[in-house]
This record gives sequence, C-alpha cells and structure tokens, in this order.
Amino acid sequence: MLSIEQFPLLIVVISLLSAFTILILGWLNEKLACYISIVTVLVQFVMSIFVLNHVLTIGTIHYWLGGWMPPWGIEYVIDPMSAYMLATLLFLGLVCVIYSKRNIEHELPRKLVSFYTAYQLLIAGLCGVVVTGDIFNMFVFIEIMSISSYALIASRGKIALKASFTYLVMGSIGACFFLLGVGFLYSVTGSLNMHDLSVLLPLLYENKVVQAAFVFFIVGLAIKMALFPLHTWLPDAHAFAPAEISAMLSGIIVAVSTYAFIRVTFSVFTLKFITMYLPIFDILCWVSVIAMLYGSVLAITQTNLKRMLAYSSVANMGYIMLGVGLSTSTSLGLTPALMHILNHAVMKGCLFMVAGAFIYKADLWEIEDFRGLGRKMPYTTFAFILAALAMVGMPPSVGFVTKLYLIIACMEAGQFIFVVAIFASTLLIVYYFWRVIEYMYIRTGDKDDKEVEVDEVPVSMLIPILILGVLCFIIGIVWLIDIPLPMMDAVNSLFGLGGMS
Amino acid sequence: MIDLILAKYNYWTFIILMLIGFYAMIAKDNLIKKVIGLSIFQTAIFLFYISLGDISGGTAPIVSEEIIGKGYIYVNPLPHVLILTAIVVAVATLAVALALIIRIYEEYGTIEEEEILKIERERGTSCQ
Repeated sequence: MLSIEQFPLLIVVISLLSAFTILILGWLNEKLACYISIVTVLVQFVMSIFVLNHVLTIGTIHYWLGGWMPPWGIEYVIDPMSAYMLATLLFLGLVCVIYSKRNIEHELPRKLVSFYTAYQLLIAGLCGVVVTGDIFNMFVFIEIMSISSYALIASRGKIALKASFTYLVMGSIGACFFLLGVGFLYSVTGSLNMHDLSVLLPLLYENKVVQAAFVFFIVGLAIKMALFPLHTWLPDAHAFAPAEISAMLSGIIVAVSTYAFIRVTFSVFTLKFITMYLPIFDILCWVSVIAMLYGSVLAITQTNLKRMLAYSSVANMGYIMLGVGLSTSTSLGLTPALMHILNHAVMKGCLFMVAGAFIYKADLWEIEDFRGLGRKMPYTTFAFILAALAMVGMPPSVGFVTKLYLIIACMEAGQFIFVVAIFASTLLIVYYFWRVIEYMYIRTGDKDDKEVEVDEVPVSMLIPILILGVLCFIIGIVWLIDIPLPMMDAVNSLFGLGGMS
Repeated sequence: MIDLILAKYNYWTFIILMLIGFYAMIAKDNLIKKVIGLSIFQTAIFLFYISLGDISGGTAPIVSEEIIGKGYIYVNPLPHVLILTAIVVAVATLAVALALIIRIYEEYGTIEEEEILKIERERGTSCQ
C-alpha cells in the first residue's frame, strides 16, 4: 500500500527511473520522450501537493532509507520549508516541460532524447536537495543537479559551450568547498545527519574547525547561488541556454542552492551560532544590497533581452538574500526570502519563456529588433507586460508583495538605507523594462525600421506563458490575503525565528 | 614548526595539492589544464577524507568473533565509502568537462581561452 510517508523517496526515484525510461524508449520513438517527461513531472507535482498538505496538517515526514535508523542511515525529511520548495520547483518544472515540447523540437531537433533525460536528472537532483536530511547526500544531489544543468546549458552549442564550461569550473569549486565543509564537520562530530549535527555542534561552536567548515559552506553555496561577487558564471549561462532551462536556472536552480544555504545555516548550524559566533548576516545584507543595485545597473546596459534578464536575476538574488540576511533581526523571519523564491520563479519563468518565444519565432535576441511585436504577438507581449509590471512591483502583483515585506523587515531592523536601496533598484527596473516595452509597442510607426514578420507562438507554448503571467498577479493577491502565511510561520518557528507573530 | 609539519604531513599535503589545483584553475589559459587543476583540487579533498578515516595501527573494519573484545582498533570505513561516492561525482564532472572541451574544439578550433574570446569578439555576436 502506498502511503504518504513514502513520498519523499518516491518523488526522487520516479524522476531517476523516468530518466532511464526516456533513454530506452527514446530509441524506439523520439516523440515519446517529451510525453514521458510531462507525465512524470505531473505525477511528481501532484505528489508534492499531497506532501505539502500532509506536512501542514499532520506534521513533518521522516523516511529512513533501507530502514536504517538515523544517524546511521540516510534520512529524508520533509518539513514545511522543504514541502514549500518542493511544490514550487515542481510547479515551475511542470510549466517548463510543457513549454519545452515545441521549443525543443525546434531548437534541438535531433537531441530530444538526451535533452529530456538530462531534464529528468535535473529534476531528480533538485528534489533530492530539497528532501534530504543528510548533509553528504545533499552534496551528491547538488552535484546531480549541477552536472545535468551543465549539460543542458551546453545543449545549444556554440557560445553556450563556453558559458557552460565556465559554470562547470566555478560550480565544481563551489561543490568542492561544500564537500570540504562536510568533511570538517564529520571530523569533529562523526555524524552526517543534519538533525544529529545540530544536536552535537553546540558544544563545539568555539572550535576553529567548525567555524572553518561554516565558512566553506557559505562560500561554496554562494558560488552556486550566484551571490554578488561570485555571480560571474550566471549571465552567460542564463543567456545562452534554451529558454526553459534559463527559466529553471534563474527561478529554481539558484533558489534551490539558496534553500541549501538556509538549511545549512539554520538547521545544521543554529540561530545561536550565526548570531553569537560568526555574525555574517550583516555582511550578507550589504552584499545583497550591492547585488541588487549592481545587477540592475548592468541590466540597463545590455542590448540582449536574455542577458538583461540574467543580470536582473543577479539583482533578484540580492532581494532573496536580503530577506535571509534580515531574518534574524525582524519578526518576519524568513518570510520575505521564501516568498520571493516563489515570486521570482513565477516572474522570471514567464519573462524567460517570452524571450524564448521571440527566439522560437524569428530568432530575435536584441531588444532593438522587437519593433512591432506588440501588434504581431499580442498574447505573448501581454504576458511580458504582466510579468514586467510584477518585477517593477505594481500592486497587487508578486513583486509588490515581496518589496512590501522587505521594506517592513528593513524598517523593523532599523536599516533605512536598505529601504532607499530597494526604491533605487525599483527605479532601475522600471527603466530597463520600459525600454523593452517601448520597442515592442511604441516604436512601430517609424518608416525606415523594418518590422519582422511573425505571428503568435503555438498554443502549447502560449498557455504556459499566459498561466505564469496571470499567476504573477493571482499569487500576489493570495499572499496579500494572508492565506499561505501559516506555512511561513511554521517555517520560522522551526528555526526559532520571528517569534513575535 | 618542522615537527608540526611532519606530524600532520598528510594534512599539509592536502592543503598544498588543493592550492596547486586551485591555482591551475584560475591561472591556466588552456581548458584541459583547467580541468587537470580541477581534478587535482578534487583529489586533494579526497585525500583529506581518506586520511581522516585512518588510524595508525588500525586493522580492516571487519567485525568478527576474533576481533570483538580483544582490544583491536580498526579504521573508520565511512569516510572511505563517502569518497567512493564523491569519486563517482568527480568522474561525472570530468566526463562532462572533457565532452564540452571536445565540442569547444570542434566549434572554435582551439582550446586556449584567450583565443576563444578573440574569435567570439571577431564574430561580434553576443548571441548565436
């Protein structure tokens, strides 16, 4: 009998099995690959919704692999934060895989099978990072996720190969630092289970090895999540990957690395360690503020839409990390950061898919070539405008909610300069999105400028774009009427944050 | 000082190897050399784990009637098992890296990073 306690493992295993099924059945018929992939991710998404419901109503799910008791065996744990991340990542994964059907047939006509195999491995890695309760297991899943994303980024060939190679070298350094951190912790505690570590570590907080391990974790994961000075791999990788992979990279892969960061700082090391022994969160706030402004300024200078969105991702990582950095000093805790992970996934997913739609139709990369698209592709550009408005922060969109919560958090922490930075970055966002919209809608009448001959994208690509575009506002309203906040409070109470709610 | 180095020579080896690998990844222009640096970097970490599990004079960790209760010490097998997994991960990374280099060579006819950037600039395309 299939009980919900077994779902943590099943979610990961189905994806791995499906990767091999695609590889084998793909030999028979290439077209099957996409459908198997869609069905798998759909099943996973439905399971993640059941898991989310179970976690919120009954409680945390623990699964012991092979029946071995933790701390000896590997344990999979789904608490409210994992369940929330799992549902988020599988939702965007599902939308991307539906979108990818026509797009990949067009862009990588002879590589369908290998694309979907790698895609399923990517989903398996992402789910694994989120469900695991064992820190070495987390390293393995981070690498599964990264290696499959290197392959997926490179799939378009040409300049994407170089981008993927840069990401591979930097990502491997990050993963090695993470591995070194795990080794340091193991050498002083003899345990790898996260819960067990959090019990054993408080006696050793003074220990230099433990502090060094923490620094290695932070630096390693900062590379993976493209935190400001270590973001250099991100723009090229985002710009030259296929559209759905750009969406996954920007919305999910980077966010899952952030999840790993939050997990390590709050579940393995505890609030006490980061407030009393290595107070890095003040520095983190400043770094994120610089990332917000730097990303937005560089986004303005780009002429290529996907590169512009990539720099905007650097800025949005700044928003998420500002939320994490402020979490210890406000009553909101991690709410703004986790909120923005979902919000950013929806907004950036939509924007990258729209950029992909222009490339699909007429190979349009440069913003200046977008003249007249507003009339020729009305639905796609409408979704772009919705997502752009959400990025800017028009009420009641998701971007508005994030900024509202971040500003409240800054006020509570007494950091008014961060509020100024948020407003400044908002102005920059208005500027660089307006430029695109201006080309799409207003600069159509010029006589000398030729307009490209395009029509609307296929329905299977249009529907994901429109769903995400509309969700930018629906999710914003859902946040504003406080429905998901009990979930966030559950996460905060798990880590001993907030407390005043 | 020299005693400190000699007593913990395995850890010093790990640190030196790791820095050699790190240097190669940053400073070398040739992509294959970068990958070699990456490999040295990863191997250094494996070395750290392996020497972590070892106990001088320890026997193989096979628990049998002859060993229990007779004061034998045995090495910790867990770091070695972990490193088996990490080696698999490293091999996968290496395979992807080398495959990418082959494709880069087919595309640009060179594996020197500077020359690839030069070719990119000459093509003048920021995209395809």
